[in-house]
Amino acid sequence: MANETEEQDLKDHKEPDQSRRNFLKNTGYAVGGLVVGGVVGSLLRSPNKSTTNNNTGNTTENKAPAGEAVNFNQALMYFTQEQFLITEAATERLFPADDNGPGAKELGVAYFIDHQLAGEWGLNGREYMQGPFFKGETTQGYQGRLKRREIFDIGLQEMQNYSNKKFQKKFKDLTPEEQDTVLKAFETDEVKLTTISASGFFKTLFGSTMEGAYADPLYGGNGNMGGWKLKNFPGNQMSYTKIIEQDKFEKITPVSLREHLPHS
Amino acid sequence: MATKLPKTDVVVVGVGWGGGIIAAELTKAGMNVVGLERGKERKTEDYYMVHDELRYALRYEMFQDLSKETITFRGNEKIRSLPMRSYGSFLLGDGLGGAGVHWNGMTFRFLPYDFQIKTQTIERYGKKKIPDGMTIQDWGITYDELEPYFLKFEKMAGIGGEENPLGGKRSEKYPTPPMQVSPVMKLFSDACKGLKYHPYIMPSANLSEQYTNPDGVARAACQYCGFCERFGCEYGAKADPVVTVLPVAKNTGKFELRTHSNVRRILHKGGKATGVLYIDTTTGEEYEQPADIVVMTSYVFNNTRLLLLSNMGKPYDSKSGTGVIGRNYAYQVEAAAGVGFFEEKEFNLFSGAGAMAMTMDDFNGDNFDHKDLNFIHGGSISYSQGGNRPIQNNTVPPGTPGWGKDFKAASIKYANRNVSVWAEGSCMPYRHHFLDLDPAYKDEFGDPLIRITFDFEERDREMVKFLGAKCGQILKEMGADKVVAYTEQGPYEITHYQSTHNTGGVIMGDSPDTSAVNNYLQMWDFDNCFVVGASAFAHNGGYNPTGTVGALSYRAAEGIIKYHKKPGSLA
Repeated sequence: MANETEEQDLKDHKEPDQSRRNFLKNTGYAVGGLVVGGVVGSLLRSPNKSTTNNNTGNTTENKAPAGEAVNFNQALMYFTQEQFLITEAATERLFPADDNGPGAKELGVAYFIDHQLAGEWGLNGREYMQGPFFKGETTQGYQGRLKRREIFDIGLQEMQNYSNKKFQKKFKDLTPEEQDTVLKAFETDEVKLTTISASGFFKTLFGSTMEGAYADPLYGGNGNMGGWKLKNFPGNQMSYTKIIEQDKFEKITPVSLREHLPHS
Repeated sequence: MATKLPKTDVVVVGVGWGGGIIAAELTKAGMNVVGLERGKERKTEDYYMVHDELRYALRYEMFQDLSKETITFRGNEKIRSLPMRSYGSFLLGDGLGGAGVHWNGMTFRFLPYDFQIKTQTIERYGKKKIPDGMTIQDWGITYDELEPYFLKFEKMAGIGGEENPLGGKRSEKYPTPPMQVSPVMKLFSDACKGLKYHPYIMPSANLSEQYTNPDGVARAACQYCGFCERFGCEYGAKADPVVTVLPVAKNTGKFELRTHSNVRRILHKGGKATGVLYIDTTTGEEYEQPADIVVMTSYVFNNTRLLLLSNMGKPYDSKSGTGVIGRNYAYQVEAAAGVGFFEEKEFNLFSGAGAMAMTMDDFNGDNFDHKDLNFIHGGSISYSQGGNRPIQNNTVPPGTPGWGKDFKAASIKYANRNVSVWAEGSCMPYRHHFLDLDPAYKDEFGDPLIRITFDFEERDREMVKFLGAKCGQILKEMGADKVVAYTEQGPYEITHYQSTHNTGGVIMGDSPDTSAVNNYLQMWDFDNCFVVGASAFAHNGGYNPTGTVGALSYRAAEGIIKYHKKPGSLA
C-alpha cells in the first residue's frame, strides 16, 4: 500500500519523491472518496539471480555457479517418451532455432505442450462436450467427441506411421527436410485420417507451439524469456506511461510474472 | 421444492453493467435490491497476476464455462444447429461485473441516425432503399431524448475523449481529457486529415487521469500496460461495474449481492412477474426470490433465453415475421480492415490501452451519401493500440509461409512494424436472423440452449468492400511500405473471434407488435419486468455497444423508480 505521506503528496498535487516508482506516481492512487482497490506499491521483487534456474530452458548462461542447474519442471506429466520426442522434433521445425535466436526445442515448447495436455486444456474441461455429435459445417467449428489429449495421441502416432511408411524411419530420425514433408502432408490433409482431421491437428500443434514460445515462462515454455527477447516483448511491465508517446523504439529487459510473487 | 425467501422490492438477474447501474440508482433512491450473479465475486486485487496472455486471452479465464452452458448456431434454417463447443466468435462474460470487466473501454454514443434509422433512410432515399427481409425499425427514442443518459454514464465511468466532429450534439464535454497520443495514432490522424476526413481521439473508459466521479468513487489513471481486452484491470483504471457502480450500491446498505446464483426461471402470474427461481450453484439448492419488480440484466443471450424458458412475451416466428422475443438478432461486421507493414520504422506496439485509439465517422451511419451504394449505414474506422501481445500477434506480409524458418523471421521482424486499421461495421436485422430455443442441446440443468440463426448478407459484403478499401487507403497515406486491404466478407463463422457485440432479441420500440420493451425497457406484456442490455438494440450500429447499453440502463433505472412510485405502463 502507498503510505500516508505518498497519499498526502498526491492529494496536494506535489511532485512525488523521485525515488518512488514511476508507476506509483502516475497512478495517483487513492484520493479519498470510496477506495475501490488497486494493485499498488511493493509488487516488484528485484529479480533474484541465484534462483533463476527454477523454470528455464536449456541455455548455458543460466546455470547456477555451483554444480549443474536442475530444472525440475522439465519432466513429463502426460506424454510418453516417444510422444515427447516427436513433439519436440516437430515443433522445432515449426519454430526452428536460427540467427534470430532459440527455437522451440530450446524454449521448452514440448514440455509446455505436455503440461498443458495434462490439465484442463487437454481434457477440454471448460468446453461443451455433450452429445449428440454430428458432423457440421466448417462455420460451426469443431464437433468431434475426442478431447485434445486423444487428438494428440492419434495425431502423433499418425505422424510416426506416415514417417515409417514414407521414409522407413521414425519422425525424430528424419532429416529436417523430410520432417517438413510430413508436417506439410498433415497441414494440407494429404494424409487421409479417419478418426481426426490431419489439418485440424496440425493447427492445434502450431497454435500450441506459439503458446509455448511466448507464454509466460511459468508454464514451462519460453525458457529464460527467450521467446519474448526474440520479439523485444517486455513481458509483465507495470507501466508504459513514460514511453507511450515516444517515437523511438524502446528495448526493455523483459520481466516475468515471477516478479509479482508476494513478499513473505 | 424451492425455499421461498422474503420478498424484496427489486431482484436483478445478472450483475454486470446493466445490473450494477440499476442496483446503484435504485438503492440510492431507497429501494431494496437483491442482485443475483451466477459467477463468482471479483475485485481489483484479483489481478496481481493478470499480465498472463495464455491464461486470460487463450484459456479464457474470465469467461463463461462452456461445459455448463453454451449457445448453438446455424447459418440458416435449413442447417442443423450445433453447439459452440469452444470459444471463437465472441466471449461470454461471467462473474461479478460480467463482460463489463474484460472489455476494452471503447465508449461511444450511437448516432442520431441509429435511433431513427427507418424514418431517416426512407426520408433521404425512399422506401426502396430498404431491401426485402431487412427489418430495421426506429428505436422508440431519439438521440436527443437519450443524451442526458449518455452523459450520466460517461460521468460515472469517467470517459475521456475529444468531441466527435460528426457525432450527435453533446450537452457537456467529456468528464476527463482524452488518452495520450502514440506516434502511430498521430500517423493515422494526419493521414485522415490529409484525406479530408474527421479523425478524433476515441472516447475511452481507461481513465486518462485520476478521477472522482459524482458518486464519490475515486479511481487511478491508466498505465498503458497493454493488457486490457480479455483482462481485468489491476489499477481499477478501466471502468467496470466492480470499481464504479457496485461500491455505490453496497454503500447504501440496501443492496444484497448473491454470487453463484444461477436464475433458471422468471416467475409470473396474471401478467405480473412475481420473482425468480434460482439455484445456488455451490449447494445445488433451489430458491425462490419474490420481488415487486424483476429486472433482467444478463447478456443478450440469457435475457432472451430466460424469457423464452419462462413463457414470457410472444416468441418470434420467422415464418410469419410475428412475435417479438428473439426478434432482430444482430452482430457486428468486422471483416473490413487493412494491415500496413513498415520497413524502416519500429513502434512501441507492446504498449497501449484497450481504448487508446484514433477513430473517424466519415463513413459511419448516414454521414455519407448512400444513393449510389448497395448498402445503408456503415462503420467507424479506427486505429487502436491495445498492446501487441506475442502469442496472438504474428502478423506477417502476404506470401510468407505459415510456419518454419521464414515465418519465424518475418513474425519477429514485423512484431513491432505492423499496423492495423479496421472498421467497426454496423449490422442490420433481417427477418431470418433470430434467437430461439434449441430443440436438441441442453445446459447442465437440462434446460434448452439458446440458438442463433444468423449469417452475413449481401449488404454486409458490399459494405466490407467499401470500408476495407478506405482502411487500405488510410494505411497508404500513413506511409506503410506494404498494405493489405481486407475487402471480402465470407460467411459468418462461429470459430474465430470477431467481437462480443451481440445485439437484439428483446428489442425496444414504440409498438408491442414489433418490440418486446418500450423506451424505458419495460416489457409491454409484463409491466413490472424490465429487460436491460444490448438485447434492446433494434439493430447494431457502427460502434462498440457499451456506451449505448450504459445510457439505456440509466434510462431504465429512471423508469423503474417511476414505476415503483406509480405502477403501470410508462409508455
